[in-house]
Amino acid sequence: MPNKQITTAINGSAIADALKTAMQQRILILDGAMGTMIQQHKFEEEDYRGERFKDWHVLIKGNNDLLSLTQPEVIRQIHREYLDAGADIIETNTFNATTISMEDYDMASLSREINVESARLARAVCDEVTAKDPSKPRYVAGVLGPTSKTCSISPDVNDPGYRNVSFDQLVAAYIESTEALIEGGAHLILIETIFDTLNAKAAAYGVEEAFERTGITLPVMISGTITDASGRTLSGQTTEAFYNSIRHIKPISIGLNCALGPDLLRAYVEELSRVCETYTSVHPNAGLPNEFGEYDLEAPEMAKEIIDWGKEGFINIVGGCCGTTPEHIRAFVKGLEQVAPRTLPELEVRMRLAGLEACNLN
Amino acid sequence: MTQSTAIFTNVGERTNVTGSARFKRLILEEDYEAALDVARSQVENGAQVIDINMDEAMLDSKAAMVKFLNLIASEPDISRVPIMVDSSKWEVIEAGLKCIQGKAIVNSISLKEGREPFERQAKIIKRFGAAVVVMAFDETGQAETADRKFEICERSYRILVDELGFPPEDIIFDPNIFAVATGIEEHDNYAVEFIEGTRRIKQNLPHCKVSGGVSNVSFSFRGNNPVREAIHSVFLYHAIQAGMDMGIVNAGQLTVYDDIPDELRKAVEDVILNTDPGAGERLVDIAPNYSGMAQAEKAEDQEWRSWPVAKRLEHALVKGITEFIEEDTEACRQQFDKPIEVIEGPLMDGMNVVGDLFGAGKMFLPQVVKSARVMKRAVAYLDPYIEAEKQAGQSNGKIIMATVKGDVHDIGKNIVGVVLQCNNYEVVDLGVMVPAEKILQTAIDENADAIGLSGLITPSLDEMVHVAKEMTRRGFEIPLLIGGATTSKAHTAVKIEPQYDKGVVYVNNASRAVGVVSSLLSATQKPGFLEKTAGEYVKVREQQARKKPRSKPVTLARARDNAVKLDWDNYTPPVPKKLGITEFKDVSIATLREYIDWTPFFMTWTLAGKYPRILEDEVVGEEAQKLFADANAMLDELSAKGSLQPLGVIGLFPANRVGDDIEIYRDERRSEVLLKSCQLRQQTEKTDFPNYCLADYIAPKGTPDYFGAFAVTGGLEEDDLAEVFEQQQDDYNKIMVKAVADRLAEAFAEYLHEQVRKQYWGFAEDEKLSNEELIRENYQGIRPAPGYPACPEHTEKDKIWQLLDVESRIGMKLTSSYAMWPGAAVSGWYFSHPDSKYFAVAAIQQDQVEDYAKRSNMTLADAERWLSPNLGYEPQS
Repeated sequence: MPNKQITTAINGSAIADALKTAMQQRILILDGAMGTMIQQHKFEEEDYRGERFKDWHVLIKGNNDLLSLTQPEVIRQIHREYLDAGADIIETNTFNATTISMEDYDMASLSREINVESARLARAVCDEVTAKDPSKPRYVAGVLGPTSKTCSISPDVNDPGYRNVSFDQLVAAYIESTEALIEGGAHLILIETIFDTLNAKAAAYGVEEAFERTGITLPVMISGTITDASGRTLSGQTTEAFYNSIRHIKPISIGLNCALGPDLLRAYVEELSRVCETYTSVHPNAGLPNEFGEYDLEAPEMAKEIIDWGKEGFINIVGGCCGTTPEHIRAFVKGLEQVAPRTLPELEVRMRLAGLEACNLN
Repeated sequence: MTQSTAIFTNVGERTNVTGSARFKRLILEEDYEAALDVARSQVENGAQVIDINMDEAMLDSKAAMVKFLNLIASEPDISRVPIMVDSSKWEVIEAGLKCIQGKAIVNSISLKEGREPFERQAKIIKRFGAAVVVMAFDETGQAETADRKFEICERSYRILVDELGFPPEDIIFDPNIFAVATGIEEHDNYAVEFIEGTRRIKQNLPHCKVSGGVSNVSFSFRGNNPVREAIHSVFLYHAIQAGMDMGIVNAGQLTVYDDIPDELRKAVEDVILNTDPGAGERLVDIAPNYSGMAQAEKAEDQEWRSWPVAKRLEHALVKGITEFIEEDTEACRQQFDKPIEVIEGPLMDGMNVVGDLFGAGKMFLPQVVKSARVMKRAVAYLDPYIEAEKQAGQSNGKIIMATVKGDVHDIGKNIVGVVLQCNNYEVVDLGVMVPAEKILQTAIDENADAIGLSGLITPSLDEMVHVAKEMTRRGFEIPLLIGGATTSKAHTAVKIEPQYDKGVVYVNNASRAVGVVSSLLSATQKPGFLEKTAGEYVKVREQQARKKPRSKPVTLARARDNAVKLDWDNYTPPVPKKLGITEFKDVSIATLREYIDWTPFFMTWTLAGKYPRILEDEVVGEEAQKLFADANAMLDELSAKGSLQPLGVIGLFPANRVGDDIEIYRDERRSEVLLKSCQLRQQTEKTDFPNYCLADYIAPKGTPDYFGAFAVTGGLEEDDLAEVFEQQQDDYNKIMVKAVADRLAEAFAEYLHEQVRKQYWGFAEDEKLSNEELIRENYQGIRPAPGYPACPEHTEKDKIWQLLDVESRIGMKLTSSYAMWPGAAVSGWYFSHPDSKYFAVAAIQQDQVEDYAKRSNMTLADAERWLSPNLGYEPQS
């Protein structure tokens, strides 16, 4: 049974109302990359291990989510920098913290603890900053990543019917992570970097189950990933098909993140903005990685495109993914101050089915 | 009628082991490769959704369902369409849902086992986000009568929608199609009951859909396919009119309604509509006469083969027969001078027949897809001949053709492509479902001369608007052609053309394409052609605007309730540093030329492109550079000789808002009103924005606020200078001097506005903006001009003239229709509030016009005349 101790009483519908009110007035700002900020510390194996895992039996360098346990001050500091830059919503350091992804380090059993602690420390920093200026409340989004496996693609080209993870396994992992994020005090749940919509549906299924079990229903944000210039997710869906496949979750926002820089993402952000009845979010990468795997789209350049999206009325929430820093976020905050948020379109009631492509029946 | 047919959704049924013996055998033999082919060919044949059913006693249904769905996920040409998971076993459905990333349909659930399992299953389906088929089946059995069908569906709907929050648009009712003409009297009315039940469901249960397994209805005529097909077609013809929107149909088992022999159709119609007790017997009696129709058709085959070739082509197109198409196309080609005429003539005629039948609901989508295939084969056959006919040598130009994203219809586009190629244009055909980025990138990469967009379905219209917008954003210069069945001159004029000002032309048919393209690619004809087209579109837009308001009008009172509400309690309007009138009679051309926005200058000369980029433009760059040099030489000369002196006057006054008027006062005592500027308010229904009115940006009485006005000209000498050139028959410099004066007037307005902000009003003393930033209006406050969208009424200019004493101070005049003289002139109002912005008043209603007439001391007729472009109603006079 889940531990029902919640750091501070959370009222999901009050959070949703507050967010919606805010989103009618301005474009909300999400934070930037966690991994990029961690990289700057150039941590080695021993830094990842800390005292507690100094004898762990597999190499764990690169397990960024574990740093919430072994280097909590660094994670706190990163959150603080994003909040100081003006982010309204910060993301927990839990992108790979599901049991399924943690298996890569033989740490599935730590999944729950990492999720709780990551949420708790983000929440503590967030509350501190909110206390300083209660007129601008800040929020913690508990992050559910895509896991390292895909539910609708075979890892074996010779056996297209094979799957290395099942819907039910994903649901179980997501229930555990969600309960832990709620316990740690997350204000909302963010299912992000969806490259396979079936994984996302499993995540949503698990999230709903966790809400039922804990009796706490938080607003949910969903963010998919268009993986290349074909304009499709890794599992082959177009933006609108992706939207049709997950709109039943009734998330507070639906968006796109990662993989592409703002220039290449623009067309899909525009399309989403057109087809999406709820609020839209985007957190692109700082361009495409260069030969060294680094992202070099500077803050002013990136902000230019982001601000243009704002002016075009494409977005309600915006932040950064890989390669973005507090400097980027600060540039977004400044440039979007005077820009009106996207107004929600009123769409005709239609049966909106989807395969890889949308099929909207009259 | 047309609409209900067009929206009928065809669910493919070949991947159903209960319906297809072949598919069952393939699955039992685990020949999944071949089973996938079945699914693929269904999608290719036009199934919009594919039904998958593995309910077979010999099979582990759940494992087979999972396996097949996982395999489909790796086949993009199958999995592009939504899947209907079909099983009578709940565990199979649930296992299926866990393998589908898209939004699927569950087939089916019902109240058969009572409420509890129904609710439990519905909740799970909702969590998966799938749509659901609900059978008209409850604890007491399957519904046979219209009453029972409706009663069960309504009960199911109430539980789903009201109690479980299931989205009504995700519900599909299957009110049971049963066999008719079985010889049992109780069955005679089954089709009528279905049609009637459907009508009531659609009328009373909003947003839901009605579907059914069509082949059931003809069950008693097993073995007599021609009669069965006739029954299906007649049944669908009536059920669709009653509201049936989906069906599990084998496209191969449908015949064209109009092709059913009269006697048979009458007999079938009587059975379907149950006109009298003898109907069934009559059909049974005549049915054997048609059972051999398949063979008879073979004979008939021979018969249509003897028809004239054009008629043969039409028949092949309507029937979707590819067998003889090449032979007939060849025969036809030999009859015509040019191969292209075969396409433009008999083939297009045949497709028009198909279009008419489809429009009248007498052909269904899958059949049309087959017709299209025949057409493509014919065109492909002719292609090499057309190629060979092309003159050797350089092409006349390069055209990018594409069916826009989200649309797969390409017949029209292909024909246009062929016609163009045949006229020696090079066509780069990007195919169907082409995203805007790809179209535009290809146009750039290929250095194309024009882009042609095609589409058949309505959402394509929006996509075309999107492409046009993107062309503007990316600074395209080449013309855009619009074609395809749903496109229209009206849509092009109202929605697309305003998005792109480098030429948008609606091409209503392929035969017009060549004429349009040759005009567009000819340097001499292009400007005139575009001007003429643009003129036509203005007219179309005016007609459209008169037709009906785009958004609902509201009363003036309601519009005022939704005014811009500025917080005057926490805002102090800036006090001008210098109140009153200031003249500017010696600002030099040297000063003003720094403020010139050159882009419109080039537009005057019909050179399209943004300054300074236009100077480097591959096509017009050289010409642009020459013009630019000449303009600057002219400026140098005017400046050196002092032959043109820009003049301006501004005034800043205490002012307050009273209603929608702005009262302008003589002095700070605010007791003597100099005059009232009367403003207009947007009057359409708005939910997210206020109903804007310029007066809203001025504080009401009690808060001291200010307001300004200005008038500028490039110089009173403009006409005289032009006249001198005219006498020298120097048209070029005549236009040049006017264009330059015009730019100076605009630059002067920009310059004065900056002076006002930084000095005379002085609320932005520290402002430092580049000319580019000025052009983009990155500053506080606005300067709307009477006659433009935010204050469209022209007589307001007279108030500026009175207020600033314009004519006696700087000599600028107003004509009787309130045009300014000299032509190079700008006048307008100054607003300082940081929230002030430009907007368009757009359509206004009679209550506001009456109110405005009263406020501005005009008669209603005068007000209506001055406001005629904005009237959202038909004036009496």
